[in-house]
Amino acid sequence: MKSAVILFPGLNRDRDMLAALEKITGHKPHAIWHGDAELPKVDLVVVPGGFSYGDYLRAGAIAARSPALAEVKKHADAGGLTLGVCNGFQILTEAGLLPGALMRNRDLKFLCKTIHLKAENTTSAFTNQYAEQPVFPCPIAHHDGNYTIDPDGLKQLQDNDQIAFRYCDADGNVTQAANPNGSIDDIAGILNAKGNVLGMMPHPENLIEKAHGGNEGRFIVESLVEAVA
Amino acid sequence: MNARVFVTLKNGVLDPQGKAIEGALDSLGFDNVDAVRQGKIFDLKLQATSADEAEKEIAKMCEKLLANTVIENYSIELRD
Repeated sequence: MKSAVILFPGLNRDRDMLAALEKITGHKPHAIWHGDAELPKVDLVVVPGGFSYGDYLRAGAIAARSPALAEVKKHADAGGLTLGVCNGFQILTEAGLLPGALMRNRDLKFLCKTIHLKAENTTSAFTNQYAEQPVFPCPIAHHDGNYTIDPDGLKQLQDNDQIAFRYCDADGNVTQAANPNGSIDDIAGILNAKGNVLGMMPHPENLIEKAHGGNEGRFIVESLVEAVA
Repeated sequence: MNARVFVTLKNGVLDPQGKAIEGALDSLGFDNVDAVRQGKIFDLKLQATSADEAEKEIAKMCEKLLANTVIENYSIELRD
């Protein structure tokens, strides 16, 4: 599976993402600078995490209006697989590729810790390898992960099986107490209606080998490899 | 032409920062405050031949960048 990672000034998880993609897919991903208005032909485009443009205006707002994002939008509109992690999730919502918005965390604190996730949809291109083990610990590192959407939009996400991941406790119970940031309906990651775009706040690229404390983050890329094959 | 743009959260969208400010005001003894909502102001200096044109242009800027209309409203105030 061929992939590309979009680079913006202020990102800090781009190298982790590039390393993780190379390790899992066996192919070196393309690193695409945001000013480049052309994307190589790839199966997967990733917008990684960090603080593009210092989170000025709103997290992800400036990056979402860059030439590279217009190309990402074309790729996604044509059905191409697109993943946004953390700041990448914020950028994809700001760009209108995913519904809703990400607001300041409920308790106003930057959160950097390990939480638990539950894969709620285990059939999508991004999550089909989670069927046997849907609950896993995963790192988060964000200040604006409090996902919000209007009631009609939320119903659509629920009815269409677009909620990819929810926050949960170690036993897989989705509870208010296990929700770190106040996100509506305990949402940690969502798919678009077509299922070819995933945005998530947690960092699967930092959970790909035993030394990370777990390798369940690999399953997202392995799901994609399976879906593309 | 000068203009001021106000960007505020839509009704019904929770505002954790406004809530924290409300709590801080309360702790300072301002216990008569019922609610605080935080927003943003942009002061623009722009070229336009008429107020109407300026307002239309700024509305486009708000829709495209200054506001996230999923969660925010905007209003425009033209000044001379």
